[in-house]
Amino acid sequence: MTTSVDALTARPLSPRAPAIRPARLVVAVLLALAFGLLPWVGNDYLFNALLIPFLVLALAGLGLNLLTGYAGQLSLGSAAFMAVGAFATYNLQVRLGWPLPLCLFAGGLLAALVSLLFGLPSLRIRGFYLIVSSLAAQFFILWALTRFDWFSHGSASGVISAPPLVLLGQDFGGPLGRYLATLVVVLVLFAFAARLVHGELGRTWMAVRDRETAAAVMGLSVVRAKLLAFALSGFYLGVAGALWAFTYLGTVEPHGFDLSRSFQILFIVILGGLGSLAGSLYGAAFMVLFPLLLSNLAGWLPGDFIAAGQLENLQKMVFGALIILVLIKEPEGLARLATRAWQRLRRT
Amino acid sequence: MAFFLEVLLGGLLAGVMYALVALGFVLIYRASGVFNFAQGAMLLFAALTYVSLVERGLPGWLALLSTLGVMVLLAVAVERTVLRPLVNRSPLVLFMATLGLAYFIEGAAQALWGAQVHGLDLGIEDSPLEVGELLLSTFDLFAAAVAAVLVIGLSLLFDRTRLGISLRAVADDPLAAQAVGIRLPRIWVLVWAVAGCVGLVAGLLWGARLGVQFSLSLIVLKALPVLIIGSFSSVTGAIVGGLLIGASEKLAEVYLGPLIGGGLENWFPYAFALVFLLIRPVGLFGEPTVERV
Amino acid sequence: MGVSLVRRPVLLEVSDLALAFGGVTAFAEVGFQVREGEICALIGPNGAGKSSLLNVINGLYRPQRGAVRLGGSSRALRRPQAAAHAGVARTFQNLALFKGMSVLDNVLTGRGRHRRASWLEQALGLGRAPAEERAQREIAEWALDFLHLRPWRDALVGTLPYGLQKRVELARALAAEPRLLLLDEPMAGMNAGEKQELSGYIRDINRERGVTVVLIEHDIQVVMQLADHVVVLDYGRLIADGAPAAVRNDPAVIAAYLGTRH
Repeated sequence: MTTSVDALTARPLSPRAPAIRPARLVVAVLLALAFGLLPWVGNDYLFNALLIPFLVLALAGLGLNLLTGYAGQLSLGSAAFMAVGAFATYNLQVRLGWPLPLCLFAGGLLAALVSLLFGLPSLRIRGFYLIVSSLAAQFFILWALTRFDWFSHGSASGVISAPPLVLLGQDFGGPLGRYLATLVVVLVLFAFAARLVHGELGRTWMAVRDRETAAAVMGLSVVRAKLLAFALSGFYLGVAGALWAFTYLGTVEPHGFDLSRSFQILFIVILGGLGSLAGSLYGAAFMVLFPLLLSNLAGWLPGDFIAAGQLENLQKMVFGALIILVLIKEPEGLARLATRAWQRLRRT
Repeated sequence: MAFFLEVLLGGLLAGVMYALVALGFVLIYRASGVFNFAQGAMLLFAALTYVSLVERGLPGWLALLSTLGVMVLLAVAVERTVLRPLVNRSPLVLFMATLGLAYFIEGAAQALWGAQVHGLDLGIEDSPLEVGELLLSTFDLFAAAVAAVLVIGLSLLFDRTRLGISLRAVADDPLAAQAVGIRLPRIWVLVWAVAGCVGLVAGLLWGARLGVQFSLSLIVLKALPVLIIGSFSSVTGAIVGGLLIGASEKLAEVYLGPLIGGGLENWFPYAFALVFLLIRPVGLFGEPTVERV
Repeated sequence: MGVSLVRRPVLLEVSDLALAFGGVTAFAEVGFQVREGEICALIGPNGAGKSSLLNVINGLYRPQRGAVRLGGSSRALRRPQAAAHAGVARTFQNLALFKGMSVLDNVLTGRGRHRRASWLEQALGLGRAPAEERAQREIAEWALDFLHLRPWRDALVGTLPYGLQKRVELARALAAEPRLLLLDEPMAGMNAGEKQELSGYIRDINRERGVTVVLIEHDIQVVMQLADHVVVLDYGRLIADGAPAAVRNDPAVIAAYLGTRH
């Protein structure tokens, strides 16, 4: 069985530019806001509960998007590679005492290596069956991290607190500091990803995704493309995992990187838009804002209309329904919806 | 030796339980080419509905009938809201839709019936049965018998009835099937309803074992290695795959477990399935798809 | 035209080739030669094994016996990537375009075999990458212009009408600057006008760029006009091989097309 982007049998598509490239202006404005306005205007809550998780989830979504959205290799093990990055970064810093940026980079590399290992089966197994490899990774890695306390540096519960965030001698431990550190890392990695996907590697990935056999006939190296997809995706997820632990939660524990986290990342990518960089941003924004929106909404409703416990169930129902809705109406997700709305605005 | 046989048989019987869950997947996959991730949620929903009705005082047989009815209604709803709009889309899109469906049904099941654990008594004691030198669980044997009945029934359905042929036609090529007059919506409702009922049976058996609670829906994750080994579209494959996974998991737990620590059963089935796939990329009973260029 | 072609070296040599799928023979004892710079048409009733033959030449299928030699070497065609690197490009009967990409991007993938810079150099814009990217784009744009596809340069391939998609596939193959171009029913589903247009493009590619062409085609008119050399397959056997006029009058060929069996 092969999985591929929808063929012509889908409803007719209107002629339009294929890539969703944000206008340079929009990017510049956002950057100005992120660096110039928010640090002054933002409060602790904004940084801790909204911006930092948004940035980290966007990075994780980007990692998965490279593998699944661009290269077409399905994966349900994203959280496991995040865990590898988190634990690797932690261990490198605590045991070897390297400066944090180096630990972050090396942690990402280790996650890339592990992801590459679990990506090898993709050379022999095609389509839907490939899911077994990422799930094997998810369950095995979590088990290993909990089982062997070497990973958590002897902590009996497997939960460790992240060491202080010190970069270049400065303490970035406060909310603003963590926000800025995260912002810089995420921006650099997004910029690199943009160059990747708009260049030859991105084209090769999409060729492998759309018609693997034809890609081989063009002389493109399918093996190299797949392995690079797994490795780079692993790197991005590893860094995201390390950031999740260091700048967001402040603790590193295996439980936070379980299968439901993998699903969360997958939902970010589906809702935001497969094969779109901006999609990771939209999906992450949705994932962070939606629960808050829902609980606030419940708070407005009279009395005890929605019991506290029900909120989680309701959230699940709305999530599930939204996924289905997005897949029916706009399979390319929020990113495509946004582009269409933007185009309509420009025409009026 | 007797101990080994006991563990092996225990594993095989556990595998039968996995196979029961896998059967629901096979049904839907054979008839619509969709891997229904929501099967686990449907299982949970069915078991919860039954148990809650019984707790509210309904006699067992009435609760059973009512739950079957509910599963049919669910099938109708799913066909209308999910399958029909997505009729010509790729398998990946449909799979993602079932992910969303799983979330929805899980949330709905717990919103309706609550999140606490319910005990489920089917009237079958889990007493040990002595067979020669070996101790086997009565409950497991009962489950195996139920599974056997289901498998025979489903195999007959697919191979001997007109309905079965229609189902296979639809799975092969929905457009062509429509062209020869097969009504797609009806077929899909039927298949999902039957899968729902199979899910109910599996849910009841598992619920009696573990108690009816949220983690039931995670059984789907155990079914996946079973399906991968047996191939997604074979009833026999589901059984054989289930037996293999059950046996290997139990044996690994007992013999490997003490060496590398507990919790092996979380990942072992997947590692097993992965290695299996590397040797035979299309599973035991699968046919390699030929890509026409 | 005819005389000078005979003196040209042999580019593609197929000898005693046989292919079977699990006991069912696709073709057997097939052998012919294609000279450099010629347009060779492969014709025959449906199911005669023509597409499979192309797939063997291109490294997609492995034959049970026999050999295919490109420029004297048989090692080149073992795998599709190797065939591409040896200078073989092709189009497919059922269109194998990358539906999620633009026309230009599709054509750019055709340059795959000419890339030397590593992915990292490319991403960071270092080393030979920038110059190479510029050069590849130039050639891709040239291929687009050659086939008059400029107006649809940035359109999503999946949204284009069938005839245009066929042309994009041809542009993608052309962009590879191949020695040998394999076309599998490039004119399927086209009307007479479109066929003339595409024939013209194929002839231009052959004459101006010196690309050797092997094409599978059903329209005899087109074959007579376009081909220098015709090979006829029927039920997996080669039944005729020669100049178009000779083949057309061959009784065995006529019998095959009219369906009289021995």
